[in-house]
Amino acid sequence: MNSLRIICPNGHLGFAPIRVESFRLGVAARPDYIAADSGSDDVGPVPLGTDTSTSPLAWQTHDLEHMLLAARELGVPMIIGSAGDTGANSRVDLFVKIIRELAAKHRLPRFKLGYFYSEVGREDLRRRMRGGETVVGLEGYAALTEAELDATERIVAMAGVHPFIALLEQGADVIIGGRSSDSCVFAAPAIHHGFPEDQAYYLGKVLECASFCAEPYGGKETVLGAVAADAVEVTAMHPGQRCTVASVAGHAMYERTNPYFEHVAGGTLDMSACHYEQIAEKTTRITGAKFGRAAEFRVKLEGAGKIGERYVGMVGIRDPYTIAHVDDVIAWARDKVKERFGDTGYELYYNVYGRDGVMGELEPLRDQPSHELCILVQGVAPTAEMAEEVCITGTRQMFYARLPDVKGSAGGVAFALDEVLRASPAYRWTLNHTLRCDDPLELFPTHMTTAGV
Amino acid sequence: MTTQKLSALAKTIRSKNAGVNLITFDIIFRERETYERVKRSGVLTRESVCKLYRIPPERIADFVEFDPANAIKFTIYRLRPSGSPGDPDIFGAQQYAPLLDIEVPAA
Repeated sequence: MNSLRIICPNGHLGFAPIRVESFRLGVAARPDYIAADSGSDDVGPVPLGTDTSTSPLAWQTHDLEHMLLAARELGVPMIIGSAGDTGANSRVDLFVKIIRELAAKHRLPRFKLGYFYSEVGREDLRRRMRGGETVVGLEGYAALTEAELDATERIVAMAGVHPFIALLEQGADVIIGGRSSDSCVFAAPAIHHGFPEDQAYYLGKVLECASFCAEPYGGKETVLGAVAADAVEVTAMHPGQRCTVASVAGHAMYERTNPYFEHVAGGTLDMSACHYEQIAEKTTRITGAKFGRAAEFRVKLEGAGKIGERYVGMVGIRDPYTIAHVDDVIAWARDKVKERFGDTGYELYYNVYGRDGVMGELEPLRDQPSHELCILVQGVAPTAEMAEEVCITGTRQMFYARLPDVKGSAGGVAFALDEVLRASPAYRWTLNHTLRCDDPLELFPTHMTTAGV
Repeated sequence: MTTQKLSALAKTIRSKNAGVNLITFDIIFRERETYERVKRSGVLTRESVCKLYRIPPERIADFVEFDPANAIKFTIYRLRPSGSPGDPDIFGAQQYAPLLDIEVPAA
């Protein structure tokens, strides 16, 4: 095999539906694999903490149905990483169930369905820590303590290529992965077919976000990557999009700190000597990528810990004097919450839209508020009852704030809703760490079953 | 001396999460000469970014001039990880706006 061709229709399967027209063009190009990652930590810690998806079931099913039918029609494998946004075990089970139901619905001939899990048990991690393993923090996080571990609800490990390759070696036709590095979903089949790691990981890097490596901007469109012994070529499938030197090189820096390096379980892709060349209208060729294996096999861990139940409230302000003194209004309401609940045991947040609601302390123009403000209030507490009362006190008391020279004396703020609303519980990212492993597969148990008729 | 706003010179100015505790900013130019001109001008540096966003130098995790894409890129630490209650921008996608109005001196 001189080259291996993979199409990617979606950079985050389920988060928004794939665009079917360019996907059909990709399928018509008769690729060797159809693959996509379904996860992201961009969605915040709540889905991992609450063991839910942020993507609607209908959209997940839509994308999986298109990919499954195309893959079975072509007779090529389909690979999904990071099932259901978080890659937690329940999400893997959900995607396996969807695949089974789709296979039955369409009466697809029986095929091999492989899957692997990524969750790491708290007690497993505690044993390793007590055995002397340091769980090293990333990006400003301190090394993991047992107190932080105790505060963590759920942990997933980020798989590299290894469990995907293990399942391909067992002959899987469809793979549903737990939490995975998105590039490894594509690198795994390339490595499985004997292509060099240098090219395989670059192929993954460029395909992971589908059409984000093409221009003009437009998400959820299919791109096709071809890996050879010494180069990767990437082609936009949408009639109006192209993969250009600028769009492909530009994508290398998307969502990462340093555009030259990409870290995955087991090593680092070095793109500092990459050369980009436009070889056809819609195709760019990339050479010069290097993959270096790490001396120590470390796996990234993600964990979410619960802070409490949450309610939200909203108020508006139009009086310019009140706007100029909005911090006093907030202080008044905070004070009333404090009178009722004390200083600790709850959290209360105010986002002041029209002043610095989007950027907070980073906002350079926070001293130039608009002529009207909207304030989002969040109350967080151990129970829903308390969170509701914290939030409604912190919201409604803004109405009664006492400003010395205000002309309006019938209410200091406007309510569109005279209530507070239950929101998702509040979570925080407790784990953003790495763990050393002896065996690349030890955190990722693989399973094989069948689907279809 | 006449100046131009960065928004008139750059093809892309964006911000986005890079992991849960970082926000990364990309300023991408269509032509090499515009990119070189902005680099030379000194209006986009660690120091100028700290001043614009009113953050101490320790908040800058990385600052890179990325020649293959005609791009300048910098990354800052968040004060609290993305999606913590009170975080107004879980994806970090709307933090670039102050860059648009940076005045770049004529070549």
